[in-house]
Amino acid sequence: MNLYTFSSPVNFYHLSGKLIPWFTGLAILFTAVGLYISFFVAPTDFQQGEAYRIIFIHVPAAWMSMFIYLVMAFWGAIGLAFNTRMSFMMARALAPTGALFTFLALWTGAWWGKPMWGAWWVWDARLTSELILLFLYVGIIALWAAIDDVKRGDRAGALLTLIGAINIPIIYFSVKWWNTLHQGASINLMKAPTMAKTMLIGMLVMAFAAWFYTLAVAFMRVRGIILERERQSEWVKAILEKD
Amino acid sequence: MEWASWSEFWSMGGYGLYVWGSYGATLLAILIEVMFMQRTSKDTRRRLKRMQQWDLSSSGEAQ
Repeated sequence: MNLYTFSSPVNFYHLSGKLIPWFTGLAILFTAVGLYISFFVAPTDFQQGEAYRIIFIHVPAAWMSMFIYLVMAFWGAIGLAFNTRMSFMMARALAPTGALFTFLALWTGAWWGKPMWGAWWVWDARLTSELILLFLYVGIIALWAAIDDVKRGDRAGALLTLIGAINIPIIYFSVKWWNTLHQGASINLMKAPTMAKTMLIGMLVMAFAAWFYTLAVAFMRVRGIILERERQSEWVKAILEKD
Repeated sequence: MEWASWSEFWSMGGYGLYVWGSYGATLLAILIEVMFMQRTSKDTRRRLKRMQQWDLSSSGEAQ
């Protein structure tokens, strides 16, 4: 057994089945701890009052929206280069959750912007590039849905994902490159954190919760895709017989 | 503990609508995704099983 063992769909199907309960459990645990910190440990913000507590879902959702996209682009590139089946399946399994987090980043941003800026929405670089990310996710999912030939769909989707990846650095650096209402990065690796330590810890714990949630749902989704694509193989037939 | 009472907690210093509008939407979105996904995977398995049985019965007739 080596690293490549799990690039085979049958092995990955069984491995992911074993991992899903752990990821689900960890997601619930981290969410519970994260929510407790968010509402009962982290202090009131001296500028924004209690409204800032939206940060504990807004920032993790925004991170995940970009991170999931990069992971999809990674799998797309691997799939295009090496024609590995699992890579394309992973990309397909991740996309809906990426779109969900992008929507949530925009939604919670609007509900934070309204009391702080006085507007649900402004056409500013950060918000607009994040909206483009949502359109990219939706476009990629629609492209897959429109192409019946699985292999062609995989490759077309991967190509669109890779082209769209240019948007990720634009989102990330938009608050630096353009004048914006949006505040700067919450965490800067080069500087000491400017926010209260408990706020920072709450945000990180919630980010881990989002991470484990993503792993759990993406693995659940990929198992369905594996069954669908490997339906002619004996091991899938054996699994279905037991249903 | 930050809050003197539950009503103070729910009002979020006057920002209750925005805070709970954000957390509520997140909870709803996650519930929808999980429910939708479970239904899809159940449908997939059922459909594949039907296809398989159909294959078996048609190959049986051919013999």
